[in-house]
Amino acid sequence: MGLIVTIIRPSKGWRGVNVKELLHYKDLLRFLTIRGIKAKYAQSILGIGWAIIQPLVTTVVFTIIFGNLAKVSSEGVPYFIFSLTAMVPWTYFSNTLTDAANSLITNANLITKVYFPRLVLPLTAALSKLLDFLIAFTVLIVMLLVYGFSMNWTLIWLPLLIIILLLTSLGAGMLLAALAVQYRDVKHALSFMVQLLMYAAPVVYPTSNVPEAYRIWYALNPMVGVIEGFRAVFLHTQPMPWNYIGLGTMVAIFLFIGGLFYFRKMERNFADVA
Amino acid sequence: MAEKVISVKGLGKRYRVGTQEVFSDSLFHSGIQLLTSPFKNFRKLKSLTRFTGDDSSVFWALKDIDFEVEVGQVLGIIGHNGAGKSTLLKILSRITEPTLGEVRLKGRVSSLLEVGTGFHPDLTGRENVFMNGTILGMTKQEIDRKFDEIVAFSGVEQYIDTPVKFYSSGMKVRLGFAVAAHLEPEILIVDEVLSVGDIGFQRKCIGKMNEVAGSGRTVLFVSHNMAAVENLCTSALLLDHGKTFYLGSVHETVQKYISLFRPQTQDGFLGDGVERVGNGNVTIKEFWLEDNTNVKVDMVKSGEAVYLNFGIQSEIDSQEVDLGFSIHREEDDQMLFILYSSYTGKTFQLAKGTSTVKCKINSLPLPEGRFLVKAQAMSQGQILDFPKAGVGFMDVVEGDFYSTGQKSNKLTRDQPLFLVNGNWM
Repeated sequence: MGLIVTIIRPSKGWRGVNVKELLHYKDLLRFLTIRGIKAKYAQSILGIGWAIIQPLVTTVVFTIIFGNLAKVSSEGVPYFIFSLTAMVPWTYFSNTLTDAANSLITNANLITKVYFPRLVLPLTAALSKLLDFLIAFTVLIVMLLVYGFSMNWTLIWLPLLIIILLLTSLGAGMLLAALAVQYRDVKHALSFMVQLLMYAAPVVYPTSNVPEAYRIWYALNPMVGVIEGFRAVFLHTQPMPWNYIGLGTMVAIFLFIGGLFYFRKMERNFADVA
Repeated sequence: MAEKVISVKGLGKRYRVGTQEVFSDSLFHSGIQLLTSPFKNFRKLKSLTRFTGDDSSVFWALKDIDFEVEVGQVLGIIGHNGAGKSTLLKILSRITEPTLGEVRLKGRVSSLLEVGTGFHPDLTGRENVFMNGTILGMTKQEIDRKFDEIVAFSGVEQYIDTPVKFYSSGMKVRLGFAVAAHLEPEILIVDEVLSVGDIGFQRKCIGKMNEVAGSGRTVLFVSHNMAAVENLCTSALLLDHGKTFYLGSVHETVQKYISLFRPQTQDGFLGDGVERVGNGNVTIKEFWLEDNTNVKVDMVKSGEAVYLNFGIQSEIDSQEVDLGFSIHREEDDQMLFILYSSYTGKTFQLAKGTSTVKCKINSLPLPEGRFLVKAQAMSQGQILDFPKAGVGFMDVVEGDFYSTGQKSNKLTRDQPLFLVNGNWM
């Protein structure tokens, strides 16, 4: 009989990613993503409208507090659009991070009952948040047009920025997910950590406000490159900040690979400690 | 010789059970503890997945398990709670990794450790079929192909586009099982799922499993229901404390399982050192059951006469001893009935030494199952003896309670607590 033979034995050390197996489970990824989206907006009046309200209202509040009261510089563009441009990628990052980090805990019932590549879970989080991102992105485009900004050729850099955004969110998400299964502290720390992290990225202020000497350290946060990149593309306040983006890309790749391998290393224990 | 589809060699699984908590007895001490606890917690959590050194919190859920299963075989896996059955299933279904040893599986494996895994209450029945199916390893194409069949099998066609949170629990189980029943693995691993649902549903499950086994696939089946195991399986593996206790034909293995239970129970209840309440003048030393013909038996039948025998040791001549027993549900200790000899107007004079007191129940009004028997000896309102854990088990098997050959749970979905006979006019 030409049957596949599965060998189960204890594994040791670091493991690679079984891409073939992951592809076999692509339908699972798809349905879990659909489940994530549908379940989130089920039985709510505004439904997917929340994906618009969340970044929009936050930006309005920031505009009032940081733009009008604290008079934070917005590099010559209206503060609202300045901060909304940052808010769209940031919301994706923070939501994906939170969801991915909790994905193993919230799906503990699946992990302890069925086998499937566990990577599907953080991937699902990253994929289902893409819809929210797309909606918020559309809102951003509409607002840009309302404010009279024009699009130019720099748009070609957008896919690169989005890839960095994905790598960063998923990389950090996998890392935290693997940690959170065993150390529930991650879960408690996460919500306020994400809030604090926002102040370590140029969401409510421009990078130019950060003292020159610290900018290199500051830009180790890949979200700095992503956000400043978004501003360069849409607001044309500056040329493409390649130094931030370059550094950010390296850190993002490192974070992604590190997160992936750490996840795979810890994966064997998930069912036992979840 | 038939082909081996599953071969397990030297399998072992180690767990770490909860490390001990330290309790503080003073405010100062608890303050210190509060400060140092993060470090301790860290070490404790870290140790969950590290196994250096041999300390007491390490526990082998499975050790040195070897067995082979041939194609088309239905292997029952039995054993007490904590014997390692679920751990074995989890390793075979790749949910958790073994610590030692190796397993070789030939063909696709589907494991059913739960019905309806991944169901989301807010999604419709249709969406959940796809969800659950893909979780169990099917592809969308496969589900598309079998969708109508699955829905027909589940019998919830009408509500297939309703969110499952509006389903009754029975409907959810039926839908979940319908999906599982349409998996086409070479190896099917089933855990106790048959214990849910009504009789009709259980019959459907057993039918489906027979069908799977009949079509040349291999089934591993874990259950506490010996009748189902004997009915379904060709051979069985008996696990005890994480080790293989017996592996053989299903009938022999089930017998071993039952005998494994016996000696443990009687000693456990009335042996030396069990916790008792009473002044010690009278001690209930033995308890056994006899059938109608006064032959000692392990199991009694519903509807038949049964004698409860109490062997009593008396230190002094005791007057007016009132002996009582009560029957309890095994799982939660719920008392079903109680009978003191004084209720029937009788007390006993016990001479110094040993004596036997019997009580005959004319027609045992209990359904199939295991019950706990407790007993107490009283005298003039004083407790003479009360073994706290009870005196033993009463295992009841299906009998002809109504003298018509009809079963007590023929038409209901729940097992009744009691049986009663009456005259319909």
